[in-house]
Order: sequence, then structure tokens, then C-alpha cells
Amino acid sequence: MAEISDSGGGHKGGKKRAKKQSTRIDMTPMVDLAFLLLTFFVLTATFSKPKSMELTFPAPLPPDQKVDEIKKGITILLSKENRIFYYEGQFRAADDDKGKKTSLSELDFSQDSKISLHKYLLEKNKPMQDQIKELDAKHKKNLIQDSTFNRLVKERKANKESFTFLIKTDDKATYKNVIDVIDELNINVVGKYVMVDILKPEIDLLIEKIGSN
Amino acid sequence: MSKKPSKGGAPALDMTPMVDLAFLLVTFFMLTASFRMAEPVVVDPPSSIGQVDLPDNHIMVTIDDKGRAFFGISNSTAKMNALREMGKRYNVNFTEAQIIKFSGLPSIGVDLKDLPKYIDLKEDDRKNFQPQKGIPIDTITPNNQLKDWISLGGTEAVRTFEAAKIKAKESNSEFKSEKPRFAIKCASTTKYIYVKEVIKTFTDLKLYQFNLITTLEGGGTVIDPSK
Repeated sequence: MAEISDSGGGHKGGKKRAKKQSTRIDMTPMVDLAFLLLTFFVLTATFSKPKSMELTFPAPLPPDQKVDEIKKGITILLSKENRIFYYEGQFRAADDDKGKKTSLSELDFSQDSKISLHKYLLEKNKPMQDQIKELDAKHKKNLIQDSTFNRLVKERKANKESFTFLIKTDDKATYKNVIDVIDELNINVVGKYVMVDILKPEIDLLIEKIGSN
Repeated sequence: MSKKPSKGGAPALDMTPMVDLAFLLVTFFMLTASFRMAEPVVVDPPSSIGQVDLPDNHIMVTIDDKGRAFFGISNSTAKMNALREMGKRYNVNFTEAQIIKFSGLPSIGVDLKDLPKYIDLKEDDRKNFQPQKGIPIDTITPNNQLKDWISLGGTEAVRTFEAAKIKAKESNSEFKSEKPRFAIKCASTTKYIYVKEVIKTFTDLKLYQFNLITTLEGGGTVIDPSK
């Protein structure tokens, strides 16, 4: 037990032992209380601040401005029941001289199925990932400086040859799916992606694929 | 050497260091604790590998799974001023006491005309407050209160920030606060169209940068070469 006892400093046995009764204070209740408070504060403390994902949305185009055709574009369409589809290139309602009618291919969120979004992105974005990995290796060996490294990574990501991903959702897609797709794009160091409104012909194509609602 | 036979009674153990430590910890947790009031809705955001901390100075729109929008400002001065401005715009009168009480509330999700009643309620009753339908987002009629909240709240938050910055500069003290940012917190199961509506409200106000609040994902792999 914690105790305070008077040790009677300089006395050297000269006096009688009449006052030997030590002044003990029982500290148990105080210690109990201290631990109670400690437990309470430990359990109620919230350390972790919420994490967040920074995202910039595109400004709406002025009405008279024409949209440039995206040459290396991949459109990802999200729908109900966690289903995702994609098509590459420009949307074509029917076969024409530039290419065939757009058809959708399905992907999913699993890590190792044949149609995994992760694998698809990994494959599509391979050249850039290799470049960034190379830079990363150099950076780790201190061959290039932090600022140079960041600048080069940015340059690689903005590379014209890399794909631009357009993310579109229909009315039934959930927020979680959107975040999962963006997350997957981030994991695979895709530099260019944007949230865009879905177009009517794309909705029609989706309905064709998954059946109406 | 033979062991000393213990004298009867409990052996005295010196607990002083342990008690010292216990009190030190109590003090630490007491001083760092910040108590929050219960949010009007609990939303469960999806997980991501996003590593950016939510900035302390933020304006947050929460969207629950039914699509109701809730609005909150982290800075209480800006919050009070925003309420004053909102009251002026919608001709709703708030007493000074109500405004001060409002600054302590977490995010709100009621129509502005019901807000005075909502503020006057006791904390336990607020949860059961019926007209808690979320802040009206009406893109057609001029009753888009969320838009006004964001626009006025944003202006006030920036103004408070600038004022604090100037004040810090005058007194030559270090200024640590950051510019207010817009955060969006959504439940995983929220339909994206509700989020889109809110984002459209933001983009109409020429605000394009957001922090989407997510929980931290366990063991996110960044480029796994083996796969």
C-alpha cells in the first residue's frame, strides 16, 4: 500500500519510541478514482481524425464550347448491384466508318476474378506504372531529389499517351461503388480520371445489358 | 545465506510511481479530450486508401442513405455569422441566445423556418424532431437552402480565416490554421444521384474541390508487382 511514514530524519535513537505510530494515509480510494477516470478517458478518447480523399470535379463547360474528342478514353459505367461496365474510345450508337458500335464489357470489384477491375487497370496502365516504379526506385536510392521526383511523377501521370478514365453512374449506383472505382484508379496510379454525367444512349445500352431496372 | 523469515502482515509495496503515472495519464487524457455532441445522423462512409487528414477548418455536407443533406461548419464564429446571414435572407428571426446555442450544435438538417424551434429543444429531443428531413435542395424553385448555406457559410469561413490571419500577423504570433475546405461525408449505401445533386449545388457556386470523407482501408496495396 502506498504510504507516507515519518522517518524522523535526524533522530538517532535518543528519544523514546512513544511517537512511533506512523501517519499512514490510505491512498486506495484515491488510486481507485484515478484509475476509474483514466479508464473513462482512455475509452472515450478519439484519436483518429477522419481520413479523406481529395477530388476535383470538372467545371461545367460554357454552352457554346465544343468538346474535344478524347482519343485514349475509357468510360466506366456504374450500375445497380455493384455491377460495372466499360467501353473504350468514343461512344458509337451504330457501326460507322471509324469503328464498330459500342458494346459494354463487364468488370467486377474482386481482386482475382477474370474480369477484375484491378487487373484490367493494372494491364491498361502498365507502361506508366513501370515508369513511376523506375522513378520510385531512383528516388529511394537518393539519385533524384524529392521535388524532382514529384515533378516527374506528375509529368508521367499527365502524359498524353496514357488513358483518360471517365466515370459515369446511372440512377441506381451507390456512393460506395464510386469511391471504390476512384480508389482502384488511385491504387493503380491512374493520373487522369473524371466524374462525368451519363448520356442517354449509354443508359439505354446499360438497360439492354442488365435488363430494365 | 538464509532467507529472512517474513514478518506477519502484508508486505508493503511502494505504489507511488504507479500512482504518479496514473495521474499523469489522467491529466493527459482530460486535457486532450474534446467532447462532441451527437450528430443528428450516423453515416458510415466507405473505405479508401485516401491518406489525407480531414482539415480542421472545414465546411461539411453530410448525406445519409436516404439522401437527406446535413450541413455543418467547424468554425463557430463563421457558423454564427452564417446563421445571421441566412436569417436575413429567409426572413427568419433568431435571438442572440439562439445564435450562440447554434454555434455549439453539430451539423443540422432542418428547414430554416423550423430551425429556431429545433435550437430551443433539449438535446435528447432533437433526435426525434420530426421535420428533420434534411436541408432542402431544390434546384428548380429558389428554395435551395443548401446552396445558400454553402455560399454564405463559405464566405463567412473564409472571412473568419482571413481575420484570424491578420490578427496573428499583427501580434506576430504563429498562424497555423488552414484555409477552409469543403468536405462531403456520405454513407456507403447512399445512391450516387443524391451525391450528384449536392455536388451540382457546389459546382453551381463555382466550387470544384472537395474532400470526400472515407475510412481508412486496412492494408491497401499500392502497385503490387506480383499480380
